[in-house]
Amino acid sequence: MRYLFKTSYSQDLTIWRHNGDLFWYGLLAAVMFVLPFVLGTFYIGELGAVFIFAIAGVGLMLLTGYTGLVNLGHAAFLGIGAYTEAVLLTAGWPFIVTLPMSGILAAIAGIAIGIPTLRMSGLYLAIATLAFGQIVATVLEKWDSVTHGFDGMPVPIPSIFGVQIQGATGVYYAALVVLVFSLWVACNILRTPLGRALVAIRDSEISAQSMGINLALYKTISFAVAAFLTGLAGALFAHYVNFLAPDSFDILLSIQFLTIVFVGGIGSLHGVIFGALFVRLLPQAIAIARDYLPSKLAHLPGLEPSVFGLILVLVILFEPAGIYGRWLKTKEYFQAFPMHRRSAFRRQRTYTRSERV
Amino acid sequence: MAAMFRADDLSVQFGGIRAVDSVSFEVRAGEVFSIIGPNGAGKTTIFNLISRIYQPTSGKLMLDGRDITSVPAYQVAGLGIARTFQNIELFQNASVLQNLLIGCHCHVKAGILSQICFLPSAKRDELVHRERAEDVIAFLGLQRYRHTLIGSLPYGVRKVVELGRALCTEPKLLLLDEPSSGLNVEETEGMGYWIEDIKQDLGITVIMVEHDMSLVSAVSDRVLALNYGRVMALGTPREVQTHPDVVRAYIGGEA
Amino acid sequence: MADAARLLQLIINGAASGCIYGIIALGFVLIYKATELVNFAQGDIMMLGGFTAFSLITWFGLNYWVGAILAVLITAGFGFLLDVIVIRRVMGQPQFAVVMLTLGLGFIFRAAAGIIWGYDSVGYVTPFTNKTVKIGGLILGADSLSVLGGTVLLCIVLYLFFSHTRLGIAMQAASQNQLAAYYMGIPVRTVFSLIWAIAAGVSAVAAILLTPISMIDVNMGFLGIKAFAAAVLGGFGSIPGALVGGVIIGIAEQLAGFYLPAGFQDVTSNVVLLGTLILLPQGLFAEKMVKRV
Repeated sequence: MRYLFKTSYSQDLTIWRHNGDLFWYGLLAAVMFVLPFVLGTFYIGELGAVFIFAIAGVGLMLLTGYTGLVNLGHAAFLGIGAYTEAVLLTAGWPFIVTLPMSGILAAIAGIAIGIPTLRMSGLYLAIATLAFGQIVATVLEKWDSVTHGFDGMPVPIPSIFGVQIQGATGVYYAALVVLVFSLWVACNILRTPLGRALVAIRDSEISAQSMGINLALYKTISFAVAAFLTGLAGALFAHYVNFLAPDSFDILLSIQFLTIVFVGGIGSLHGVIFGALFVRLLPQAIAIARDYLPSKLAHLPGLEPSVFGLILVLVILFEPAGIYGRWLKTKEYFQAFPMHRRSAFRRQRTYTRSERV
Repeated sequence: MAAMFRADDLSVQFGGIRAVDSVSFEVRAGEVFSIIGPNGAGKTTIFNLISRIYQPTSGKLMLDGRDITSVPAYQVAGLGIARTFQNIELFQNASVLQNLLIGCHCHVKAGILSQICFLPSAKRDELVHRERAEDVIAFLGLQRYRHTLIGSLPYGVRKVVELGRALCTEPKLLLLDEPSSGLNVEETEGMGYWIEDIKQDLGITVIMVEHDMSLVSAVSDRVLALNYGRVMALGTPREVQTHPDVVRAYIGGEA
Repeated sequence: MADAARLLQLIINGAASGCIYGIIALGFVLIYKATELVNFAQGDIMMLGGFTAFSLITWFGLNYWVGAILAVLITAGFGFLLDVIVIRRVMGQPQFAVVMLTLGLGFIFRAAAGIIWGYDSVGYVTPFTNKTVKIGGLILGADSLSVLGGTVLLCIVLYLFFSHTRLGIAMQAASQNQLAAYYMGIPVRTVFSLIWAIAAGVSAVAAILLTPISMIDVNMGFLGIKAFAAAVLGGFGSIPGALVGGVIIGIAEQLAGFYLPAGFQDVTSNVVLLGTLILLPQGLFAEKMVKRV
């Protein structure tokens, strides 16, 4: 086990714990940068989608994982970002403006749902966000003068400083940059009083108030930041699909986002990446596995969602800490070998601690 | 000595029940003021009124001459009032250090945007708060628990962390809600010494709700006895403990 | 005069569909009150109950009433087993985990139903299909009335059960304080499984009542989302509230479908829901609970 020798408080504030981490992350960044020269367009396209979902996942992780505000309508923010991008680009605005605008409009929507729900707790908030998500989806569909409704909306190809961002590779790099930005924002939030305030709100609202945390302000900020990041993801999503349809942003997509947060490992940013990989690559894995299955099983129309549901259920039953949790446990096993204790990660299972009075 | 905190004719009503009924008292700067009374007398309710978690139905609260009766709950810490809770309200999924750092929240100077971008002003704030939290850790002897999650700590230590978190807000007035509940004799004595240190070394005024009479007699300057939300007696510990109404309420008198 | 009749018709239809929402919502509230878990798969259990009744009546040729009751019992048994095998294992985990679990279960149920019964809509003949009843000059559909009648009957049965039987009172105790109920010798885990059984049976009743009005198909579980809205509207801890909430949403939908342009019907329930929650954050009938510190 590595022991870190710390000589100043600043060391506790850095994003990487030590130079070893910095090396590995640097290597990862270099590999990511070089991949499009190595892999084919299909894989790059898929990775681009993974990045886009991960960006939305970071937003939702901040909102649900850290502030404890369960959001069943997260797809709405993606949709608002996507349509804003399409509409503004069609109107001739430059990409360098439309991208942040997508984020800002989504953030405004986030504040619009955040403020009325300030007094709501847990379950009621979840339902309110569900209703909000469905209302936004309906608006996107009905407001045809702007969004072209069910006819679909084509998305123009953006260019930045004269260079066109097109095709799978363009989306890949754009998404990679925005993902790194989102992760940086999230890390900053988590190491400052803002992040601690959010976690305090999740764990004990009354206590947080006594410590001087303005609940209304911080909940709204959480919604705004989460929505902003997801709006950016939405803009990139528009370029990924090239043609927008309002029924893409439904509750099933919101459930996918929640799955990213959950299966990846709630409360961790690494988890978001793992979760996004899982959610995006599962359909591909099933498609490949179909070739190997007996034809009766392979041609079932409900195969994909049922495998999705089955894995979700198995993860919750057997590894609620998600993929990242399993990763940590495996690391701990090897680091403590042969003195690994099975009770190191045990939780009590006798009764559910009541969250009521 | 000047009155630092004053409650004037404070009342709160829940439905038909007057939980606190026309209670008035004054707390002088630098003293340890205890509130005692049977269960249900309204002691914690008074704390909740002072922390502004509940709204009083009538009466006034004055801190250093300023009327704080309608101040919102989250501004109380900024005014210099900190409290601990009867049923420890620590943040379960965070470490001791993180809990203490949240205590420093009311002293954050960097704006939201500079925090999101982790500008030098945010970093400076963080380092200052870390030093403050470390001072409290040193004061209370919590070094070995610094990075432990609250969930894994024994009850006695959690009580001390709760106290530390309140101290991190650098209060003028500290409200301690049953600091010795759940503690054994030695831990209670230890708590008594800390309260003395808080009063003498840090110069903080303390209002304490307590059931343990030995602790009350050991550290308090003055005591207020409540029953059914009303004031029964007010004076030094000796005066209150021998007051006939108090004796009757605790031990019972002739029918 | 024709307008008044049409309005009444809309209200009765709305009340009927609202009762369906309300019954499903009842299932939610029963499980939530007992275990503080939210069962997002309630609508899909209803769907399975509906298909079970269909199989019993059309494939096995059973009489309508026998098939209906048997379907309710089978679905209740399914709910019991679901709790024993799956839900019990997540005791001790935070609420969010259980939300995700039941969402996942919903996916599995829909896929299973698709495999067993196919993806087409099916139906069967009931004593109430296509019949009308004349009341005071108005002609009302027997199917709507059967829903209303069935709901009232169900409520009476449940009320008597919870307030007058030992099991019902034990359920109330376990729902208020699990640990204390354990100490009192109440077999908490079995009681919870029975509550799941009741909730599942109740949603099967909803499916059976719904059959005269609309067909059964794999996606009918999405009614669960509207039912959810009903439960929240009523205040999630309140059983009568769930029904009242359902009826309000049902009627609002019917009125919107008629008086507003096309396509706004679906969004009505969401707007009503959001509006009520903003004005009354705890729903219509909720007991106001403040955490004591």
